[in-house]
Amino acid sequence: MAATTVLASSLAACGGDGGGGAPTLTWYINPDSGGQAEIASRCTDAANGQYKIDVSQLPRNSDGQREQLVRRLAAQDSSIDIMSLDVPFAPELSQAGFLAPVPEDLASRVTEGVFPGSVATATWNDKLVAVPFWSNTQLLWYRKSVAQAAGLDMTQPVTWEQLITAATSQDKLLSAQGRRAESLTVWLNALIESAGGHIIAQNSTDPDKIELGLDSAAGQRAAAVMHDVGASGVVGPAFSTSSEDTSASQFESPDAGFMVNWPYVWAQAKTKVEAGTLDKSVPADYGWTLYPRVDAGTPSAPPLGGINLGVSAFSKHVDFAFAATECISSDENQAYYMTTNGNPASSAAVYDDPEVQKVFPMADTIRESLAAAAPRPLTPYYSEVTGGIQREYHPPSSVDPQVTPKKAAALINAVLRGDQLL
Amino acid sequence: MTTTTLPPTPKTAPVSAPRGGISDRARAERKLGWMLAGPAFVVMMAVTAYPILQAVYYSLFNYRLTDPENKSFVGLGNYWVILTDSLWWQAVLVTVFITVVTVVVELVLGFALALVMSKALQALRPILRAAILIPYAVITVVSAFSWQFAFSITTGFVNNWFAWLPGIGADTDWFGGKWTSLLVICLSEIWKTTPFISLLLLAGLAQVPDVLQEAAQVDGATWWQRLFRVTIPNMKAAIMVALLFRSLDAFRIFDSIFVMTAGANGTESVSFLAYRQTISRVEIGMGSAVSVLLFLCVVLIAFGFIKGFKIDLAQARGEG
Repeated sequence: MAATTVLASSLAACGGDGGGGAPTLTWYINPDSGGQAEIASRCTDAANGQYKIDVSQLPRNSDGQREQLVRRLAAQDSSIDIMSLDVPFAPELSQAGFLAPVPEDLASRVTEGVFPGSVATATWNDKLVAVPFWSNTQLLWYRKSVAQAAGLDMTQPVTWEQLITAATSQDKLLSAQGRRAESLTVWLNALIESAGGHIIAQNSTDPDKIELGLDSAAGQRAAAVMHDVGASGVVGPAFSTSSEDTSASQFESPDAGFMVNWPYVWAQAKTKVEAGTLDKSVPADYGWTLYPRVDAGTPSAPPLGGINLGVSAFSKHVDFAFAATECISSDENQAYYMTTNGNPASSAAVYDDPEVQKVFPMADTIRESLAAAAPRPLTPYYSEVTGGIQREYHPPSSVDPQVTPKKAAALINAVLRGDQLL
Repeated sequence: MTTTTLPPTPKTAPVSAPRGGISDRARAERKLGWMLAGPAFVVMMAVTAYPILQAVYYSLFNYRLTDPENKSFVGLGNYWVILTDSLWWQAVLVTVFITVVTVVVELVLGFALALVMSKALQALRPILRAAILIPYAVITVVSAFSWQFAFSITTGFVNNWFAWLPGIGADTDWFGGKWTSLLVICLSEIWKTTPFISLLLLAGLAQVPDVLQEAAQVDGATWWQRLFRVTIPNMKAAIMVALLFRSLDAFRIFDSIFVMTAGANGTESVSFLAYRQTISRVEIGMGSAVSVLLFLCVVLIAFGFIKGFKIDLAQARGEG
């Protein structure tokens, strides 16, 4: 009896809001179109007064999100219960002991039917350390009219080389992301994985023992493709500063030909048609298929993005927080999030939802792409790896397959050893 | 013709000063002074000296925020790594370039604006001052974004407006190269902080005694002669203080670079390197060492100005 009283009063104290004694869980979210806030309120209702979920917004870009979370967690900030983590960040936070271990029964439930790549991003040291929430992947978008005029059969897999040739012959743009940003690493990783290699050949928790695969045959092949695209002359005038948004607006222009980008471009074009700023013939001309191949005979490994839900090791309500992540990542909520906010589900079953099929005519392509997608390198030293890549592979037109991979690998290894600045 | 300044007024000793030391009254005043300034002094020590000393301490360690258990003492190792890294020297060069270019241009422009403000009609003066100050009131990040949008190839209007200039066309990618990026960064800095320098110089202009101007005029000096032989020599202190403050500010440039290029194309400044090591890589030791070196650069600039140009900060505030 005494114990129950103590427990109840301590829960009330921890809740801090006095709202009927139910503890309040704070979910740090990446900015979106309000979907996570809505899911938080749905899960609060579903919890039947056991807990409440409040959302707190992180910075816009994923670097900023990571920087804020790492500093707060390093200071053992107990105000964080649940976190929306961009896919590369789980290893670093887990290795540092910032993530509460996912209970095994929950782990098996939340990974059932989830794309293997997405599960991999939430796994560190063979244990699930975060709950997959939604998964993103890049598709190859094409203008049907341009592909047809170029005589490119888009029902068959296409290579980067074919795209350059087709865009050149039609004098249209091949839009990709050449900016010195995370998108460059996303691209390079997809190229290396598609060529059968990995950015990190031999992983380790010891920074001195990480072996990079940048200078392998696959790495050199990837660098060659990156250079050829960057120097092709069909990537637009400001390729070295072009982001996903630049690509999306290029693809809406009359010069559009081909583009690699995340599925949000579809929702964006639709919204613009509704707002009357884009003619509806433009999205009607959009075609989509799997990410381009590096070698004609090898299937591509498309980029993988998305968000996993981590529970802070310093949370006062770890059990409730894990219960909440299971609710948040339910198929129902993933379907809601996908149809309203345009963020694709990490659970394959969601793609059979008729509403999802209606909003995303390319749902099956996204599912197929996610099934083949390869994560970016999973390492606690991700910021060094991606920072080094961005420094050496930018601008893409100056990448030299004989030199750049070697230099990048040497730089990253030196930075990891603490012998060089980044 | 030589420069004309007023002779320094001889300081008169207080009549009641006793020979062997300070009077009771002076001692009491000194005590009161300490009591008044004491709290502020303590706060300053807490918010500036403590973090600086902590940074110096951390800079001697190999210390990663996410791996505190493996913190190890490396002595001056971090400094050695930094000072032997070409990236550091490139960042120093970029920072010095931005500092010199922006401060020189701002000084000339700011002086012109100060002259306009001081000569403007009484009725126009408040409006003019407010108008000139507006850029300085804009938050640097906001100004950086506006300049980025203006020069961007998709949202910008600059390419359109200046297409008649040779070398500028619809496809000019300002942020695609080192020097064009630096040009835009410098322009935005100049636009934003010229008002600050012009205000400091305006205060200096007000200190130039009218009698000297009139005397020079009677002697038949032209406008340019009066400017270079009378006005400028008499406001040397104000100019030096303006230069000092702006140089220290410019050397710590961060926001504009962060927003406009994020360090691409070799546009990293010293502050940006400190940010990347400390905040992005969470390498507290290495980042602290970069910050300490940045601090030393700033101290060196301040010391160089004060000793090299014999600036009396008290005089600039009109206390001399």
